[in-house]
Amino acid sequence: MDLTINGTKHQIDIEPETPLLWVLRDELGMTGTKYGCGVAQCGACTVLVDGVATRSCVTTVDSVVGAQITTIEAIEEDPIGQKVVQAWVAHQVPQCGYCQSGQVMAATALLKETPQPGDEDIASAMVNLCRCGTYNAIIAAVRDAAQA
Amino acid sequence: MNDMFIKSREIGKPFKLSRRGFIGASLGALALGVVVPAGRARAQAAQAVVPGTRVSAFIEIRPDSTVLFRSAFIEGGQGIFTAMAQIVGEELDVDPANFTVEGAPPGPDYLLIGGARFTGGSMSVRMSYDAMRKLGASARMMLMQAAATQLDVPVAELSTEPGRVLHAKSGRSIPYGELVDAAAGLPVPEEVALRDSTDFRWIGKPVGRLDAHDKSTGKAQYSIDLKVDGMLYAAVQHSPHLGGEPDSLQNEAEVAGMPGVHSVHRLPGAVAVVANSWWRARMAVEALQVTWTEPAPDVSRAMPADFSTEAHLAALKAAPGDGIAFEEEGDVSAALAGAAKVVEASYDAPYLAHGQLEPPSALVRWNEDGTLELWAPNQAPEMFQAHAAKVADIEPGQVIVHSPLLGGFFGRHFLYETANPFPQAILLSKAVGRPIKLIWSREEEFLRDALRPMSAVRFRAGLDADGLPVALHAVSAGEGPAGRWFGRDPDKVDSTAVEGIAGKVYAIKNRRVGHIHVDDPAIIGFWRSVGHSMNDFFYETFFDEMADVGGHDPYELRHRLLADSPRHRNLLEAVAELAGGWKRGPFEAEDGSRRARGVAMASPFGSEVATIAEVSIQQGQIVVHDIWVAIDPGSIVNPAIIEAQVNSAVALGLSSALLEEVVYVDGVPQARNYDGYPILTPDQMPRVHVRIVESGAPMGGIGEPGVPGVPPAVANAVSTLTGRRVRSLPLSKFSLEEGGAT
Repeated sequence: MDLTINGTKHQIDIEPETPLLWVLRDELGMTGTKYGCGVAQCGACTVLVDGVATRSCVTTVDSVVGAQITTIEAIEEDPIGQKVVQAWVAHQVPQCGYCQSGQVMAATALLKETPQPGDEDIASAMVNLCRCGTYNAIIAAVRDAAQA
Repeated sequence: MNDMFIKSREIGKPFKLSRRGFIGASLGALALGVVVPAGRARAQAAQAVVPGTRVSAFIEIRPDSTVLFRSAFIEGGQGIFTAMAQIVGEELDVDPANFTVEGAPPGPDYLLIGGARFTGGSMSVRMSYDAMRKLGASARMMLMQAAATQLDVPVAELSTEPGRVLHAKSGRSIPYGELVDAAAGLPVPEEVALRDSTDFRWIGKPVGRLDAHDKSTGKAQYSIDLKVDGMLYAAVQHSPHLGGEPDSLQNEAEVAGMPGVHSVHRLPGAVAVVANSWWRARMAVEALQVTWTEPAPDVSRAMPADFSTEAHLAALKAAPGDGIAFEEEGDVSAALAGAAKVVEASYDAPYLAHGQLEPPSALVRWNEDGTLELWAPNQAPEMFQAHAAKVADIEPGQVIVHSPLLGGFFGRHFLYETANPFPQAILLSKAVGRPIKLIWSREEEFLRDALRPMSAVRFRAGLDADGLPVALHAVSAGEGPAGRWFGRDPDKVDSTAVEGIAGKVYAIKNRRVGHIHVDDPAIIGFWRSVGHSMNDFFYETFFDEMADVGGHDPYELRHRLLADSPRHRNLLEAVAELAGGWKRGPFEAEDGSRRARGVAMASPFGSEVATIAEVSIQQGQIVVHDIWVAIDPGSIVNPAIIEAQVNSAVALGLSSALLEEVVYVDGVPQARNYDGYPILTPDQMPRVHVRIVESGAPMGGIGEPGVPGVPPAVANAVSTLTGRRVRSLPLSKFSLEEGGAT
């Protein structure tokens, strides 16, 4: 299977139903994308598939052949991703940080689709879980990234 | 890595060192190798260690004058690495931004919690603050002494600016990085002057977290992310009942033939599959059809097959007697007998899971020299080292423990034995002769997590003719985690079972807080704010019951009972002011919703906290709009991190109040993922307003104290809205029809 991840083609030989998450983490060593729940509950595994926030723990690898996959490893190569990261640092969003790769990816997807999101847009896009409760800082950072 | 201090040790310069001057057990051995056998030298060096004093055990100054700092305390989001850089940097005179901080290995230098070491109890900064300042100041002095020799000037003519020593008279300066070799040979000074707090540049300031960028870009590495050469992956399936053992594996051959599978294993209480990827290991181990034995009668902590939380709660509520007294003041029986009114109520709170987002893992490698290397989420490296040694059947000194960043802290990473994956990883690595990374699936984590204990409390209060409380009698039933893991004296009460019912600050003359120990069949553990996480809910909601029966406003009654306690009274006033003044409600908000406020106070981990919550009920759901928190930790290191920690504590406290409950039926937890164990979602997060009050009292903790006030503040507001008391958590069980009798 050919996968295009962060603009680079990777030849992967694996069972087609393997979740994209584990291809990224174990086959390609891209551990920035996190395993949290494995059942699309928490969003720690969020990546972009053709620009859309996607939970890679329940996305089979064969379903994304031919798609443009973007992971947290390339986030600062994307102008919107870069703004999001800057806002995340400015607002000191992360605490334990484990969910934040997924949060940053979700925010980047939102701002790509909706550059000037309203409160409801933010609420419906930023639904990933954070056990440290950084939710208020996340919303503030998304708002700032949209203004940047 | 340029371990400059170590390098100069290795040269083995003959140099007269004070006993405290030895750099570390192994290094001391090298330095002393000239005159005594290494073994004896090691023993002598170990004896000489005063924790927190040997500069090079903690500080490595690199050629570019940046600092690698080894922290005795582990970073799990609470900001401890940044705090350490601020404290040490302030005295060393290095900008905290030029620090890299990592968790220190096991060793005598790091035993800063009363001769032991763990990260917990919100103790890290307050227990090490003085030692870490002195450490930084000592290192600075050594660098200045080295510079004095190099410049051939008296040390008194030298000063520093961040990262360099200055000789103002001659205008010369030397970067720290160029002084390290010479400084390393110097003894650690016995006495050093500390910077005056009025000159602080970084302590007390909102210094940015050192890990913010790495954690925003996926670069931060947790245990689950680590990899070593030749590593295989492992996944497990546990016995549904702790204590059960794998009997027959019906389809073992078939599973062994699945893609990528290396081998199938039986472990104590579990089966495991080792494979060339974790997903393959997991698919295979979950395909295994296992018959589990029932636990043998002598297996300690076996989960009874008929255990249910419902039955255990009933047993706690029915536990007879008044228990062993933990706190006793005045004559509570006489005061109750003479009271104008008596108020009685029973409360309970459920088991809770930690729910940290990083599933537990362990990476183990046996090295050729017989040592075992372990990377595992942990908050107690020495305890993990000792237990790993036992499992591996080697000496503790042969176990090298690495303590990576924790993907969520919350008390999950103590040594809980059956709740830690590393013993399994050690056995698997031994069996296959390869490094193993074992990850527990989220489902296995929910099966084996160490839970916040369940507890039930009975209160009886006596009010005088003015409705003021004159007697408070509390009996708590359950088991505390400290007794479980650090040993319990049957004649004494485990303070972690009653903290938050005992230790309250209100002037109630006659009090008795008793505890009945009821052995908890579950594996229990520490959960952020420990006993306070539920006990302050019990006490502070019962307080409102006393106020209501006595005809007093709950805020005013608290204020009145704090008349002789200015620190607490000020804090209560501070939170009310922050909230724009106290009003209980119900009142109509600007958006037309009917709202109420609840207030609560707590004294957890050396800090004082006052909390107000504003709540409405909309479409049958509790909506928490705002939480105001005034926190008095005495004095502070980083106000921005405190504010973040309070936000985090509010989220966790609210999550527990609204949603969380581990339910067992037939010895099995009913929820095995977040779909069955909901935690707070972004849309449920209230606005959080924080005021830090620095009263100058001895420094208290920060990570946990924000939690305990939240559940009672919210529950008290819900009671005001509904007219019915909330005596059991979570609130998701509470019928929200408004009105009705108390």
